[in-house]
Amino acid sequence: MNIMKFRPLLLIISSLLLISSLLSIIFWGFKPSIDFVGGAVWELNLPSNPDNSKITEIFTKNSIDKLTITKNDTKYHLEFKDINPDQKNVLTNEIKKIDQDYRELKFETLGATLGKELLRKTVMAVVLSSLFLLIFIGRRFKDFSFGASAILAMFHDTFILIGSFSIFGHFFGAELDSLFVTALLTTLSSSVHDTVVTFNRIRELKLQNLSLDWVNLANQAVTETLSRSINNSMTIVFMLLSLVVLGGSTTKWFATALLIGVICGTYSSTGVAIPLVLFFKKNRKKK
Amino acid sequence: MPNKTKTIRIFWTIVALTLICLIINFPKRLPININLGKIKWQHTFYRPDFNFKLGNQEFKKNLDLKFGLDLAGGASLVFNIDTSNIKKEDLEDGLAALKGNIEKRINLFGVSETNVQVIKQENQYRLKVDLPGIEDVSAAIDLIGTTAQLKFKGEVELPPEATSSATFNDVFSKDTGINGSHLKKASVTINPNNSEPEVSLEFNEEGSKLFAIATKEFLNKRIAILIDDYPVTSPPNVQTEIKDGKAVISGNFTTQSAKELAVQLNAGALPLSINLIQQSQIGATLGKDSINKGVFAGVVGLILVSFFMIGNYGKLGLIADIGLIIYGLITLALYRLIPITLTFPGIVGFILSVGMAVDSNILIFERMREETRKGKNWNNAMELGFGRAWDSIKDANACTIITGLILFNPFNWSFLNTSGMVRGFAVTLILGIAVGIFTGVFVTRNLLRVLAKEKKQK
Repeated sequence: MNIMKFRPLLLIISSLLLISSLLSIIFWGFKPSIDFVGGAVWELNLPSNPDNSKITEIFTKNSIDKLTITKNDTKYHLEFKDINPDQKNVLTNEIKKIDQDYRELKFETLGATLGKELLRKTVMAVVLSSLFLLIFIGRRFKDFSFGASAILAMFHDTFILIGSFSIFGHFFGAELDSLFVTALLTTLSSSVHDTVVTFNRIRELKLQNLSLDWVNLANQAVTETLSRSINNSMTIVFMLLSLVVLGGSTTKWFATALLIGVICGTYSSTGVAIPLVLFFKKNRKKK
Repeated sequence: MPNKTKTIRIFWTIVALTLICLIINFPKRLPININLGKIKWQHTFYRPDFNFKLGNQEFKKNLDLKFGLDLAGGASLVFNIDTSNIKKEDLEDGLAALKGNIEKRINLFGVSETNVQVIKQENQYRLKVDLPGIEDVSAAIDLIGTTAQLKFKGEVELPPEATSSATFNDVFSKDTGINGSHLKKASVTINPNNSEPEVSLEFNEEGSKLFAIATKEFLNKRIAILIDDYPVTSPPNVQTEIKDGKAVISGNFTTQSAKELAVQLNAGALPLSINLIQQSQIGATLGKDSINKGVFAGVVGLILVSFFMIGNYGKLGLIADIGLIIYGLITLALYRLIPITLTFPGIVGFILSVGMAVDSNILIFERMREETRKGKNWNNAMELGFGRAWDSIKDANACTIITGLILFNPFNWSFLNTSGMVRGFAVTLILGIAVGIFTGVFVTRNLLRVLAKEKKQK
């Protein structure tokens, strides 16, 4: 199977994915959840028992995001983005219109549970582990173009995952929450895992036929590992699809994120990492 | 090719290991009712608890699985923070120190995955403490303590006939009235005379007065320092009367043990006083419904994967599935033994490692297929398959462990994550990978040698 023949096509696919991710992040940004930005908690007693949609209407009218309503009899527990006292007055007046006998039980603002610090430290950890992986893979394969390609493929996957959530956030209201961070970490680990298995096959074939050129080696390695790659992804996709279909609403976006991560990871080991290795090899020869 | 008796011995070791893990994973109470016509059998099984004494050390191990706040809910406590006695510019530091001390205090008692949050409401600061898996709210309050748990107690002379049976608390029964709120700070200092590490204590005004009285009363006697009624160090001897509220505890400290003591003492003292204003029971933050659905989805997914393995690899797949069951039992047993608090990210880490364990099997089986296609006989193909695949498995899993270790941050480096969900993810991932290599390669291989070979000989 001459998969490496399609390298220009693979380049176009990856570039399209990366560019659309970048554009979406620049223009649409993200929808961070209350986990990241903190917010307000407002508990109200509304004896007239209004429908949740009425409350939602008030909030959307005043463009206050991230409202979640938990209702318990006539007790309403609202969580939303942090607001200033003026905004609160406006909201209170509107609520009064719905229910004369409204009573405020509690109002407080919450700090973010996922602070900037956690994010900064996680990014730090990712950078550090990329560095270690670069060295480890480079040493194991006695060639740093392998290490660099694996890391670049890993960033390719994470960037597309982040970008796709910017797109999902824009169209379907998907939020970046603590579960998304977990999905991102999972993608990081599984992407490299998959790439290394394919690299291993190239190394083994190289030892058997020293004369074979890199493109042919890559083709043979991909052909030989493809059924394993697909079988393996299938098992993970089974798990995740059942989570997407059967799981609850909180875990649905999380499972979607993982699904994207796994599919990207499988694609990128063949479609990104190996073409990159070939690219590095070719350029080195020219020198 | 290893000899047969050795393989058989390894096989039985695996069986024994599985059984041990089964016992550890046994539910606390399992009533069984068998009613088959004439045969009626009723029995309730109990899991044996690991309580035993070795010398004067008592080992107690609670084998219940621990779940984090996101999965199990727990107790939520809200404290008012008294900020009237602190200068404005010190407020930020004071709040951070308070949060840190409360976290330390909770960790001291072995509750992990807590959520401590400072809330600002108008001009009032509050501290919200969420404790997972605690159903008894009053126990939670005891755990944190509305006032500091640090106590200083003096030695009492007991009548001679009582000394042999006297416990620690009998000997040190005279409360000096000094507690954690009187301690300004504890720090590690080095004695200039013999360069040995010591722990210095500094009391506030009221504490200094009480300490002066106590050191006078217990001169040449000992004063025990207790946190939550447990002595934190062997009781120091009072050598002089101390009036200025500055004391030094010396005696066989290493730098490490002195530091630990200072941390414990500081955790017993709080920079800002707090008082409980609200206590409540909170449900799982992820929602019970989501969790139940998630568990159901996970089980369905696992069954699909098992069928996929059997459908694709036949007998091999079946043995891989058995390997996976053993894998599940071992990891679950480890969660109970270590113990690990399971959170949602933690479970994801586990599932990811299951995926990688399955991957090891797929790698091996694909290799075996290739070797069989080349005309090798089944036994050789199996051994070669394992040998060849081991290389990939080793490298791929090493990469995952590198990432896992950096996320877990075992040395508590301050520039990496030191708590929370990222660590919860990393710890189950690392454990899962380690167990996965063991079961995916070692266990499955030996099961194949024994089970598959015997079938062939028939």
